Amino acid sequence: MEDTLFKYIKRYSWKQQLLITFLTVAYFPFLYASLELPKTIVNQAIAARDFPRTVYGYSFEHVPYLMILCGLFLLIVAANGGFKYYINVYKGQLGERMLRRLRYQLFSHVLRFPVPHFRRTSQGEVIAMITSEVEPIGGFIGDALAQPMFMGGTLLTTLGFMFAQDIVLGLAAVSLYPLQIYLIPKLQKQVNALAKQRVRTVRRLSERIGEAVSAIEEVHTNDTSEHHRAEFAYWSGIIYGIRYKIYRKKFFVKFLNNFIAQLTPFFFYSIGGYLVIRGQLTFGALVAVLSAYKDLSSPWKELLDWYQQKEDARVKYEQLVEQFRPADMLDPQLQEPAAADRLSGPVVVTNVSLQDETGVRIVESATFRFELGERVALLGGTGSGIDVMAKLLARLLVPTSGTICFGGDNAAQLPEAVCGQRLGYVGQHVALLNASIRDNLYYPLRNREIAAIAPKDEAEEIDQRTSRLEAEVSGNTLSDLAGEWIDYGRIGLSGPEELKARAIDLLGFVELEPDLFALGLKRAIDPTEHPNLAACILEARVVLRERLTQPMYAGLVEIFDKAHYNRNMTVAENLLFGLPVGATFDLDRLGDHPYVQQVLDEVGLRGTFLEIGLHAARVMVDLFKGLPPGHEFFERFSFISSEQLADYESAVRKATAFREDLDPADRGLLESLPFRLVAARHRLGLIDQTVEGRILEGRRAFAQGLPAELHTAVAFFDPDAYNPAASVQDNILFGKLVYGRPQAQAEISQLIADVVGALGLRAEIVDLGLDYEVGIGGSRLSVAQRQKLGIARVLIKQPDLIILDQATSALDGPTQQVLFDRLMMKERSGSGLVWTTGDVGCANRFDRVIRMEGGRVIRSGPVDAVAEPAAQPAAASG
Amino acid sequence: MQFADTVAVLRCIPVFAPLDPPSLKLLAFSSSYLTLLDGEVLCREGEPGDSVYIVQQGALDVVVTHEGREVLIATLGQNDLFGEMAMICNLPRSATGRARGPLQVIKIEGDVFLQLVTGNADAALGVMRVLSERLMRLVVKYEQLQRSSDAALPGRGAAPSGREC
Repeated sequence: MEDTLFKYIKRYSWKQQLLITFLTVAYFPFLYASLELPKTIVNQAIAARDFPRTVYGYSFEHVPYLMILCGLFLLIVAANGGFKYYINVYKGQLGERMLRRLRYQLFSHVLRFPVPHFRRTSQGEVIAMITSEVEPIGGFIGDALAQPMFMGGTLLTTLGFMFAQDIVLGLAAVSLYPLQIYLIPKLQKQVNALAKQRVRTVRRLSERIGEAVSAIEEVHTNDTSEHHRAEFAYWSGIIYGIRYKIYRKKFFVKFLNNFIAQLTPFFFYSIGGYLVIRGQLTFGALVAVLSAYKDLSSPWKELLDWYQQKEDARVKYEQLVEQFRPADMLDPQLQEPAAADRLSGPVVVTNVSLQDETGVRIVESATFRFELGERVALLGGTGSGIDVMAKLLARLLVPTSGTICFGGDNAAQLPEAVCGQRLGYVGQHVALLNASIRDNLYYPLRNREIAAIAPKDEAEEIDQRTSRLEAEVSGNTLSDLAGEWIDYGRIGLSGPEELKARAIDLLGFVELEPDLFALGLKRAIDPTEHPNLAACILEARVVLRERLTQPMYAGLVEIFDKAHYNRNMTVAENLLFGLPVGATFDLDRLGDHPYVQQVLDEVGLRGTFLEIGLHAARVMVDLFKGLPPGHEFFERFSFISSEQLADYESAVRKATAFREDLDPADRGLLESLPFRLVAARHRLGLIDQTVEGRILEGRRAFAQGLPAELHTAVAFFDPDAYNPAASVQDNILFGKLVYGRPQAQAEISQLIADVVGALGLRAEIVDLGLDYEVGIGGSRLSVAQRQKLGIARVLIKQPDLIILDQATSALDGPTQQVLFDRLMMKERSGSGLVWTTGDVGCANRFDRVIRMEGGRVIRSGPVDAVAEPAAQPAAASG
Repeated sequence: MQFADTVAVLRCIPVFAPLDPPSLKLLAFSSSYLTLLDGEVLCREGEPGDSVYIVQQGALDVVVTHEGREVLIATLGQNDLFGEMAMICNLPRSATGRARGPLQVIKIEGDVFLQLVTGNADAALGVMRVLSERLMRLVVKYEQLQRSSDAALPGRGAAPSGREC
């Protein structure tokens, strides 16, 4: 990146700036004409009397002459506007393109920062710099040359016109400019210093905000919100102070400017008036000069604004460049596409030392070697430097001195294509993208776009071409995010299907498959998108139903049956006999819907519902009124919230006293209660067989009379159709687990797993689980799940060397052991393994042990050579 | 079984009887009514003891696993309680409960019970009294057993007796 803003502008936009300049110059004759013409109209068309007049051989009468001149004036005004419009749009476009380029370059720089640099640069700062700080720079770039050209040109044209009218008047107009040119930069310098300070302080503020957000749990568990508020107030107070000073100075500059501009007309009226009276100046000329002066003050003002903007942008640019040039940035060449050949030969670490930013040596003169296919233990306790050594081997850190060579190639010079594809590293904290599990798992395979996506039609092709062109002129990458990124051949696969199979296999390997199966069962799918799967699920439903007739499953599930009331569903679900799609028939507010009320009226349930509601409300009020508001029992057991309890209490009182005159709000409140009752669970004895029968009638009436426009609002339960509103599991089950059967959940889950397995559907459902969104940083997965995914993610790219640094620390003991055993099986992975551990006992199982202490390698060699006779205290194993 | 019947059942069980009527109703409302088939397991040894069961109909076998073999230690009948000690002491279940023939039980949520008891001093005292009485009976029984075993084995010294509980 260039040192100064103007060098940057020159390098990336000189052609466009030239075009703008050309357009601006081309605009001036029109501008001059638009100033000249009014004078001609006043002096020659309105005031003159010598008509008819001959122009270019044509003869004109007085009025037609005036009209033609006015028409000409109109044309010139229109051309003027057109020029201005075009120039403005072009400038805006240029500014936006340059902004895009600048942001892209800054972001590219971030991707090349040395990893330790992020210990000093907070996320908040980087985001603030790339998003908000560059914005005014982009806005300025469009104006960088055009504005001074345009406004300067306008100024000169106007001045030229004025001087042409009268030299004295021209001099009068510019008489105070030297004063302004002297004063304003002096004041601006102070503003600049403040602007620099402001940028720095805003960064500090965004750093503080970022810190509070990422440490939100600490804030809550330590009751330190006030501390953070005070800290925020402190920094925002400083920013306020700086900004206030900037405003005062900036507006003082403006004030000075305005005052001087208002001073000039004084000269016109006095000197110009004097000249007209003396007959040395025509009246028309004075009018024209006065109107030209009006035009003069605005470009002058804008020129000064431009100057202020320029200074502001310059300061920001210089500060950005300074921040985005840390020492030891990765050579951009290393991130270029390169052949990622398999690594081979021994890994040789020679005299490697690493100093941190304070100059402390964390690793000192480490020398050892191992073969690429070997299983290597990096053995040592806390502070031994094994974690740093793991990062050095993965080239996340670059040694301060010494070399790490893979088969003779110095790691520091290896392209990232090799390091990133042939080496695999998993640390303790696995960072996941805010995307699906699948996207996270395939993430290491998305190195480069290998084929563009074929456009579907001409319109799409044009779209594609425009966006490519636009990316090109902004210096952005031409890779299309929507294109094909996975090179299946590289990992020895034929296509997406085989990759899916490998992914599922790997998920089993890291013990994540059962979790994904459970997640997949909970997903709802659109049967039009997955017709085969939906058909198979229906088949599973039939098989399951058959299995449920076996005595051991008797009475565990109450199957959906249109002709029978389901005592394990709510009244609302029973009435609907389906699931709502969208908010129209929201089960919690079903009673509010006019159509539902109409159905209840039809089958004569309104009164019954009021009775049931009143009874249920009495019980609820009686049970829960003694509890403090917000008590957890409300959430767990009540179907009235603690906030509503008082309303229900009063409704019950009123309903008991005068049933007939109950106001509609209270009535609605009570009538809404029965919808939430589950007969088998609440056991209030309120839904007897008569009521059940009526609800069944209501169910039929609801389905029959459903207006056409509401058809899409319910997905009815149909034994032969897939229900798109229900989860896969509920579609297989097609019923409700019965309340009061302690083992129902476990037995039926197992049964579903069996049926799904027997039909060969398990992989499909795991595949659905792969679409589960993991949330920001993977927050919707447990730490253990994240670690498992992290290991699967490194295995999928089949690296030549896998480096695991505490990569299984969050897993429970048995799972850690299982994964350790599996990863140690050489034939399985075919790649070398480096494993950090503090456990001497497990180190015996490796081919080679490198023992570190205090940043030094104290022993290294085949496991027998470094075996310790006495047992060392075992630290946590990796 | 309906909610109102559950309230009536709880009222006759000594551990729950000390609760004031609204708490008792709340406890009944939060309870669930379980049905088990012959041989079906209600809860397993080692599981967290987070609930109490009251047998309503049928018989519940209480089984412990000892050196790999199952040993039947008791069979519970109507209105017998299962799991109250594990719940109060917050311990894992010391035995497995299994239905002998068709069985119906009321399941009381342990945390609900504890919250209701600890929120009311009288109720807490009542529960303590019930448990102490039961402990007393056990101590008496233990001493009787000890005495009879001492009588059978005259060589051994007298058991420490009269210990305060």
